[in-house]
Amino acid sequence: MADLNRHLLNDFQRDFPLTPTPYATMAQALGVTEEQVLDGLRTLTEAGMVSRVGPVFRPGRIGASTLVAMAVPAERLDEVAALVSDYHEVNHNYEREHRFNLWFVVAAASEEQLRAVLQDIERRTGLKTLALPLLTEYHIDLGFNLTWE
Amino acid sequence: MNELDRRLIAEIQCGLPLVSRPYARIGARLGLSEDEVLARIRALQENGAIKRFGVIVRHHELGYHANAMVVWDVADADVHAIGAQMSALDYVTLCYRRPRQLPDWPYNLFCMIHGQDRDSVLANIAELIARCHLENIPYQVLFSRRRFKQCGARYAPSTDAGPLQRMGT
Repeated sequence: MADLNRHLLNDFQRDFPLTPTPYATMAQALGVTEEQVLDGLRTLTEAGMVSRVGPVFRPGRIGASTLVAMAVPAERLDEVAALVSDYHEVNHNYEREHRFNLWFVVAAASEEQLRAVLQDIERRTGLKTLALPLLTEYHIDLGFNLTWE
Repeated sequence: MNELDRRLIAEIQCGLPLVSRPYARIGARLGLSEDEVLARIRALQENGAIKRFGVIVRHHELGYHANAMVVWDVADADVHAIGAQMSALDYVTLCYRRPRQLPDWPYNLFCMIHGQDRDSVLANIAELIARCHLENIPYQVLFSRRRFKQCGARYAPSTDAGPLQRMGT
């Protein structure tokens, strides 16, 4: 992987410049042009390596959110997963190896809206949802340190 | 948190535009100046609503194909100490306490480990057990199989819904 891409992936996972021209600030730190930074980020985004440049919100500070698990019969998993993914309140929807095989996060503007989404999913699928909201966060999110061999 | 903050969050939650002056672009959509957008983002960082602001990478696309959620049934009296100990290990990317939901779900401590393959993740878990003295603690390893959707948490309505994505095991 090109050196510039590695720096773009690793060096700005936190403390992104809050300057009027943040990509130029990054470029200055890396000794390249603003256009190279923007091109690099566009390429990494198109390749799916970068999800986005932006904020990670602390759960519970704005609105309400919870992790949810469902035990879905294998033959219904694709259908239920697609139904769940369709809610714009749902993010990070994964299949995992367990009896509880569908795991997703629901984030909504309020507790009532959150409950309404879970009830709606239960009503439409006929399956129970297990809500496991965050109680304590032990980890300080410093981003993800990538290593290359 | 006021209405303007909510609208700002809705604008930035799926990412900053990749243009020379992204904060000015966001401000134009909200009727705010570039300086006001910057000041409000700083305030959201300072009050803790934003815990990290920057380049958000996708593990799978970067070669981290094994993603395990490890869940533990830890005595309530020990959970904070063990959570703090676990989260200090460099291969633990997230560590949370969550409620038990008996009888279906007895586990109250969750950690996430991303690795290049299954074996390296299992080796990390073995090391974690030894380091934190968890030999007698019930636990389960839930590897991810498929990713159906991945986006930042969206607290305000937004229109894009990601397509189904299939990931390796």
